[in-house]
Amino acid sequence: MEKVNALLLIFIIVCAVSVSLTKNLLSALIIFMSQSLAMSVVWILLRAPDLGITEAAVGAGVTSLLMFAALKKLHQVRSASNEKTDKRA
Amino acid sequence: MKKPISALKRFLEEGSEPLDIEMQSELDYTPAPEEARRGENHPTEEPGHIKNRRTANVLYTVSSVVLCALMIFILVYNVSGLPSFGGADTLIDSEVGRFYIENGLEDTGATNIITPIILSYRGFDTLGESHVLFIALCSVMLLLRFAPQDASSALRAYAIEEDEPQDDDILKGFGHVLLPLVFVFGLYIIFNGNLSPGGGFSGGAVLGAGFIMYLVIYGHDAAYKFFNYKTMKLVSMTALVSYSLFKGYHFITGYNGWESVFSNGTVGTIFSGGMLLYLNVFVGAVVSVTMYTLFVLFRRGDF
Repeated sequence: MEKVNALLLIFIIVCAVSVSLTKNLLSALIIFMSQSLAMSVVWILLRAPDLGITEAAVGAGVTSLLMFAALKKLHQVRSASNEKTDKRA
Repeated sequence: MKKPISALKRFLEEGSEPLDIEMQSELDYTPAPEEARRGENHPTEEPGHIKNRRTANVLYTVSSVVLCALMIFILVYNVSGLPSFGGADTLIDSEVGRFYIENGLEDTGATNIITPIILSYRGFDTLGESHVLFIALCSVMLLLRFAPQDASSALRAYAIEEDEPQDDDILKGFGHVLLPLVFVFGLYIIFNGNLSPGGGFSGGAVLGAGFIMYLVIYGHDAAYKFFNYKTMKLVSMTALVSYSLFKGYHFITGYNGWESVFSNGTVGTIFSGGMLLYLNVFVGAVVSVTMYTLFVLFRRGDF
């Protein structure tokens, strides 16, 4: 269990550093989601299942969804139809 | 960790640039078009300016690295002073925590000690938090809602994104399987808040995520049938007002030592723990409605 905990913590640190170094906002958001998911498992290993559930629902779920919606409004997510028009041009 | 690395990267990428220009202009008197434009913009740029800028860059990088290292050192030093996780002597100097563990079950009748701490001992805090969530929702509505209350179909049609999946079979297949599970799990977390891990906030977040999933899969028109501005207003207002009333009743009876209508019941059943079940339901309603409304407002500005 100790090793799993250490692995998860290393994963969280790597994720946190790479979020700030990633240029593409969409990939940064997905890395952020995975960091939240690992964090929720760490909460459960620390015997705080309440926080684990909340982190999984809010951190990995709703926050990322809101950010996806915001990215879409900022036209940072390239959709399928956009790519088609790009290819035509 | 964020600042020094990005600053270092920028320094490595841009820091060597002025030097190249300087050397090139000394060697070669026919500058590239890009450099020529730069020369027009800053005709009096001298090596001294470049030197100043470079020293400022180095100073900025060094100072940010030192500051971040200092901050990390302070934080790690403080964390190392905390009591060890799960140690036998952890609770020795924590009177409040020991009180909760020793008297919590007797006082409130809830087997999950976290829920009475949040909703009963610290019920006033949670009341404030629910209202903070509601106020955040109000400000998001002020900022992002573009249509008046009677959103006409023309406005709504304008807001629908063209490239979003409509009637997608794969999404619907997933939805048929996953949505009932998500809703049942959210309701389970809310109703079992006084018995097992969870409670109003986490259950409400799960329910809200389920609503969002429903909206994404079945489209705005299907979601609009059961969830619109009126539903949002009704549910969140009712839940907030009832939470305040229940909590006020709790405070008055508790302060005067009167017998409360809500008894502790049999420990281990759903209707135990006094009013915790009802408070959990109210908090869950506020949280789920707020999550869903935030997403809808972010997505297209109206329900």
